[in-house]
Amino acid sequence: MSIITIERKVLEKNDELAAQLRNEFKKNKLFVINIVSSPGSGKTSILEKTIEKLKGKINLAVIEGDVQTDLDAKRVEKYNVPVVQIVTNGGCHLDAKLVKDALDSINLSDISFLVIENVGNLVCPAGYDLGEDYKIVVLSTTEGDDKPLKYPKMFINSSILIINKVDLLPYVNCNIKELRDNALMINPDLKVFETSATTGAGIDDWCEWILANIKK
Amino acid sequence: MHELSVAQSIVEIIKENVPEQDYGKVNVVLLEVGEFSGIIADSLQFCFDAVKLETPFKKARMEIKKVPFVLYCNLCKVETTNSNGIRMCDKCGGFDNSIVSGTEMRVTEVELD
Repeated sequence: MSIITIERKVLEKNDELAAQLRNEFKKNKLFVINIVSSPGSGKTSILEKTIEKLKGKINLAVIEGDVQTDLDAKRVEKYNVPVVQIVTNGGCHLDAKLVKDALDSINLSDISFLVIENVGNLVCPAGYDLGEDYKIVVLSTTEGDDKPLKYPKMFINSSILIINKVDLLPYVNCNIKELRDNALMINPDLKVFETSATTGAGIDDWCEWILANIKK
Repeated sequence: MHELSVAQSIVEIIKENVPEQDYGKVNVVLLEVGEFSGIIADSLQFCFDAVKLETPFKKARMEIKKVPFVLYCNLCKVETTNSNGIRMCDKCGGFDNSIVSGTEMRVTEVELD
C-alpha cells in the first residue's frame, strides 16, 4: 500500500480561474460585485433602481444568472446597459468559468462597474468565488429575521448585507434589529444597508457606497 | 446541492495527482470537509459513489474527515469552537475574532493498493 499526499482544495480550479478574472478586472480598473440571495428577495429590482441612479455617472454592465429564461436580462436591457444572460439549465450557482465566458460579450475597457447577479439560492453560490471585489447578500424582510442563522455560510462569505423590502416591515413578522443582530453574530464585519426597491428608500446610500468604490 | 459537481472535481484532482498506470489501484480518497463548507458529507459520498462508476476509480472509497468551526479570539488570544456558526467567542462572548477552520474542502490523500 502506498499513500499519495495531495492537499488540494476541491474547488481550486474555480479559485484559480477567479484569481485570473480578478487580475483582468484589476487591469481594467473595474469595480465588481457579485449579488447573491434567495429567489425573490429583490436583487433585480435593486439593480434596476441602482442603474436609474447611476446612469450618466458611470458606465456599467450586468451579467445575469438564472436557472432558466432571460427575463432578468430583458428587464435590465430596458435601461440600455450591456447585459449578458447566463442560463445555467438547472445549475444552482454561477462559477468562474461561466463568468469568464460571459465576459467575451462585454468590452471591459468601456465600463467601470460590473454587476454579477447570481442564481437565486441562499446556499450554493456562497462557495464560488467569481473574482468579485465584494459579495453582496440581499435578504428581504419577508424572508424572516432568522435566515442568517439558518444559512450562515452565505453570510460568512459576504462582505455586505442589503436588507430589502423595508417598506413591508409593518406587515410582516420580521424584527429588523433581530435580523441585523443575527447577521452580525454570523459575520461581525458585515456592512449593512437597508433598502426598499419599491419606495427607493436607502438606494441613495447604497449608490454612494458604489460610487466611492469606482476606480476610474 | 452542488455535491455532484464537487464529486466530479474530486475525480479530476485524483486524475491529476495519481500516475495513470496506478488509476486502478486507488483504494481510498481522503477528504477534509469543514462544518461550514456548504457541503453535506453524506450527499457528497453518495454522489462520489455514483460518479466513480464512470471513471477508472470504481473501487475507491471516500473517507471524509469533518473539520470543526474554530475561531481565534483576538481578545482572549485562544482558539474556541462554535458549532452553530456564530462568530462569538465561547469564553468572553466577544465578536473580535478570525476564522481558523471550518470553511474548507480539501482532498488530502489518496491511498493505493
